[in-house]
Amino acid sequence: MPQPLTSLNPPAGAMLALHDVRKTFNAGTVNEVRALRGVNLSLPAGAFLVILGGNGSGKSTLLNAVAGAFRVDEGRIHIAGQDVTRWPEHARARLVGRVFQNPFTGTAPTMSIAENLALAARRGLRRGLGWALPGRLKAELRDQVSQLAMGLEDRLDNAIGSLSGGQRQALTLLMANWLKPELLLLDEHTAALDPKSADQVIRLTSQLITRHRLTTLMVTHSMQQAVNLGDRIVMMHQGSVACQFEGADKQRLGVPDLLARFEELRRRDMLDETAATLLHDTYI
Amino acid sequence: MTLLIGALTIGLILSLLALAIYISYRVFDIADITVDGSITLGAAICAVLIVRNTNPVLATLGGFAGGLAAGLVTGILQARFRINSLLSGILVMTALYSVNLHVMGKSNVPLLSTRSFITWAEQFGLWWFGRPEVSLLGWLVGVRDLLALLGSLGIVAATALALYWFFRTEVGTAMRAAGDNPQMIRALGVNVELYRILGLALANGLAALSGALLAQYQGFADAQMGLGMVVWGLASVIIGESLTGSRSLGLALYGAVAGSVLFRLLVAIALRWGLNPNDLKLITALFVFAALVLPQLLKMPKRGSAAAAAQAPNQKS
Ligand SMILES: Nc1ncnc2c1ncn2[C@@H]1O[C@H](COP(=O)(O)OP(=O)(O)OP(=O)(O)O)[C@@H](O)[C@H]1O
Ligand SMILES: [Mg+2]
Repeated sequence: MPQPLTSLNPPAGAMLALHDVRKTFNAGTVNEVRALRGVNLSLPAGAFLVILGGNGSGKSTLLNAVAGAFRVDEGRIHIAGQDVTRWPEHARARLVGRVFQNPFTGTAPTMSIAENLALAARRGLRRGLGWALPGRLKAELRDQVSQLAMGLEDRLDNAIGSLSGGQRQALTLLMANWLKPELLLLDEHTAALDPKSADQVIRLTSQLITRHRLTTLMVTHSMQQAVNLGDRIVMMHQGSVACQFEGADKQRLGVPDLLARFEELRRRDMLDETAATLLHDTYI
Repeated sequence: MTLLIGALTIGLILSLLALAIYISYRVFDIADITVDGSITLGAAICAVLIVRNTNPVLATLGGFAGGLAAGLVTGILQARFRINSLLSGILVMTALYSVNLHVMGKSNVPLLSTRSFITWAEQFGLWWFGRPEVSLLGWLVGVRDLLALLGSLGIVAATALALYWFFRTEVGTAMRAAGDNPQMIRALGVNVELYRILGLALANGLAALSGALLAQYQGFADAQMGLGMVVWGLASVIIGESLTGSRSLGLALYGAVAGSVLFRLLVAIALRWGLNPNDLKLITALFVFAALVLPQLLKMPKRGSAAAAAQAPNQKS
């Protein structure tokens, strides 16, 4: 599609580019939520971005906008140089691998581990009338699953619903990366896990990302994860990017710095509120 | 013996309906009432074609195609127009009632002595055995009935095997996943709405195929014959699951077929014992109600104790 304005073209070489992306839920009703209020973002290939922000600041909405769960109201989204703004979710799947917060969302519970992985092995590809699980693929599955070191390689025919949350998230990660995605989206994918499984899944995550040089967006509430992982951080606040750290700034950043930033945002919020109350009291 | 063979044959023919319900109810979790109309549609198209002296194979396939189209419409109502799945089924079923009357031109089409699978069974049996009746385990049975039974068995086995194969292909596993976890499979690049439409088309095609065979076996198509068939199919699927469990795809498909045959046998026995045929649908509905509710009632005390157990360690900490 020809772009009318050169300024709307993505920066050359960007794997992900968001230009003034806006989304309002339930527009015009009492439940109106301006979840994204003009987000601009540009990620070069191989970048690993950690997204922080309070509850309801729009982190999940941002990831959903990129994945195509809904159409954005305004703005443009480019992935790997292609304008995907109007692509439906299933079409974007060719470019995007995802792991969700809820371990139940990423897998089909009544189907076997092997079948789930086989489905992921054709992410975004045409599906035909060939066997879903040819012998060649089965051997590869066993090999990859055994590398998780969770003992799941002998349970490939078990329903995936019988596994623990941590095991499911590890498999979902494997599924999202089976075909190398242009973009990997992780939305608090360890939040529902106990600390030990969360550690395990985080280790696997950073292994996969480094090994395959994946361009990644990861949402987390853990300051520690944000400091340890990734090469850049954005902090979301009320539907837009409040601050951003890259390069040496990011490397120097510690947990206390991040907490201070949070506190600052929170105070600004409270000020807004007092101002609003003041206006309300004065004029109404 | 003739009664037993008859019950087995009808049970087998209706097991195609049970397979249809397995697809809509178990794979997609939709109680698709369209099948009430599509089973009649299959019977009507097949009967009308046979009366016009069409080859029975083509006539049967014609019925199947009619069911596909009906399921397609229901699927499109759901996916494209976002109409609730139960309501879309009701709309199409209601519309089909008129369509079926138009197809048949009247409310009943008899098939006496016109060329059909049944007359083929009769002719083949006469040629093979050389007489209209043979003795089976000491009982005298009509070769026509015997061959109808074997023929239905063959058709059902072939259909079930084809489904088993289909649901293990790339498209078929994606279809099962679309029913199991739409969010997940969408993220893997599957157009869930399209797959749901295809699944409903397939289910209604099978229901119509069942209707086409039933019309030939009983010798007529009737505008009322589909009434309550969804519930019948549900009952078969539920009985099947209690027989074989639903651990694997193969067992589930086999269970649906076995459930249908067993259910038909039970009904035949009950009727023989003096059950009023008018009560049949009431009892079928009650049975499905019980099957839906009883497992929950039985689980309840267990769930209570599990919750108590889960809370206990929390209280300690
Ligand atoms: N589908 C939706 N319909 C209506 N409102 C929505 C929808 N999705 C998100 N919202 C609203 O948009 C705002 C941003 O939500 P979002 O889920 O993006 O927050 P978040 O930053 O991910 O928060 P959390 O840390 O709690 O996950 C919230 O006020 C939320 O209620
Ligand atoms: Mg969120």
